[in-house]
Amino acid sequence: MTMNSSAITSDTVMEKELGNSKSVYKTNQLNLWYGSNHALKNIDLDIRENEVTAIIGPSGCGKSTYIKTLNRMVELVPSVKTSGEILYRGRNIFEKSYGVEELRTRVGMVFQKPNPFPKSIYDNVAYGPRIHGIKNKKILDEIVEKSLRGAAIWDEVKDRLNENAYSVSGGQQQRICIARALAIEPDVILMDEPTSALDPISTLKIEELVQELKKDYSIIIVTHNMQQAARISDKTAFFLNGEVVEYDKTDTIFSNPSDKRTEDYISGRFG
Amino acid sequence: MKYIEQEIVLKKMNVRNLINSLFKGIFLMAVVITLLALLILLYRIGSQGYTHLSMDFLTNFASRFPAQAGIKAALVGSLWLMAIVAPTSLILGVGSAIYLEEYAKKNKITDFIRVNISNLAGVPSIVFGLLGLTIFVRALSLGTSILAAGFTMSLLILPVIIVASQEAIRSVPGELRDASYGMGATKWQTILKIILPAAIPGILTGAILALSRAIGETAPLIVIGVPIIIQFLPSGVMDTFTALPMQIYDWSSRPQQEFQAVAAAGIIVLMAVLLFMNSIAVLIRNKYHKRY
Repeated sequence: MTMNSSAITSDTVMEKELGNSKSVYKTNQLNLWYGSNHALKNIDLDIRENEVTAIIGPSGCGKSTYIKTLNRMVELVPSVKTSGEILYRGRNIFEKSYGVEELRTRVGMVFQKPNPFPKSIYDNVAYGPRIHGIKNKKILDEIVEKSLRGAAIWDEVKDRLNENAYSVSGGQQQRICIARALAIEPDVILMDEPTSALDPISTLKIEELVQELKKDYSIIIVTHNMQQAARISDKTAFFLNGEVVEYDKTDTIFSNPSDKRTEDYISGRFG
Repeated sequence: MKYIEQEIVLKKMNVRNLINSLFKGIFLMAVVITLLALLILLYRIGSQGYTHLSMDFLTNFASRFPAQAGIKAALVGSLWLMAIVAPTSLILGVGSAIYLEEYAKKNKITDFIRVNISNLAGVPSIVFGLLGLTIFVRALSLGTSILAAGFTMSLLILPVIIVASQEAIRSVPGELRDASYGMGATKWQTILKIILPAAIPGILTGAILALSRAIGETAPLIVIGVPIIIQFLPSGVMDTFTALPMQIYDWSSRPQQEFQAVAAAGIIVLMAVLLFMNSIAVLIRNKYHKRY
């Protein structure tokens, strides 16, 4: 692939501004179409290890589409076409030989609406390890406890592991879903507006959890809530009409954005 | 200025309340009429048939003397028939539904197939009888056997099972699929562990309705030449047999008054078998029924 000079310059600029932690996801000239609808346009993003990267933007800007492209969940929608590349740890996820199942065991996902399976809390968390072939009850017990602790919900549910996951509150369900994602021991956790269906206290708990989790995982979080992005993320990307308008350190985005549109959005003038 | 004036609202309130209770009455009446018709039916059959119900009725073969006529051959034949119909139609029906909902691409061809499966559910059963006669009895030389009749009945109820299973599979929330795929599960793992358990109550409801229809159908059996009076029990799926509705049809069309009571007793047995099948389905459904 040839790169024009402006791309190189912007790359070096990014290098300087984003610091020199390791890259997890490097997106190069990603385009995505739903049928004839051009949903993502020439996306370039470099997402770093052990950081929280927030993706903000108004409804329909492509932020959810982008995060679903990172684990190729977007392909469940018929008539999706993509071009360009996304390098996960240096390997293009669109490569023919790259199995989606393989990718998704490295990249966990938490969805907008808490979506536990209609099974017990234990079976929910053990689902991932089981499908990947772990049958030993003792190992499963350990994974379940470790994951529930990791999602800061162990103390609340340890005595009711055999109850249906729907018997707990929405906020607790969402943390069970996070535990379920942790149970496959992922490298990256994608979160698609994980708190939009939750009350403020549950939201706060998830935000604190995200801070805790970034020590061990790289987290990419789509959010509608700009205060949330400002509170919990290290980097922020602002999407608008399928393009990345600005991508920088969160402090810079919120205190000194370089693009007028970013400023308008974060100061609430539209969106 | 206000558009809604309280006085006018109050004035019209009486009429609105009247209409409200009127419709409640209409719907209540619908239920009462339906239940009444069912009760009369049950009463007539019960009062006619109970005198003839006995262990002998269950263990005797058919006879030209009403007092000795029994339902043994038909009862056993119907059970044999179900033993073929239930697995055949469930495996083919649920399998087709899974393919159509989870694997097939959504395009004009699959749309066409979907619509026509629903249409097939409305085809008269006698047409399926003719189909069974041509394919299973003659072309595949199965003769008038349990197997041929079982396959014919399976074809008859397949559309109902497919449509019901499709509905059940479609009503499994997409978020559950997402959650499973998002963890790296394959399609088959997702179907087996998430979709089917959630869809089973719906699938069973459709399946039991369909099987109830199969056990009560007479027309296809007449067309493929199932005999009425049989004095032995089938010993395998290639044997000929008779079924409950055939036997009941025969008894009820006989001139002697006594046979009407025998027919009523036969209907009671048929309903007992149906009730038994339904309760098994309800048990399985409750086992899988979970909130989500």
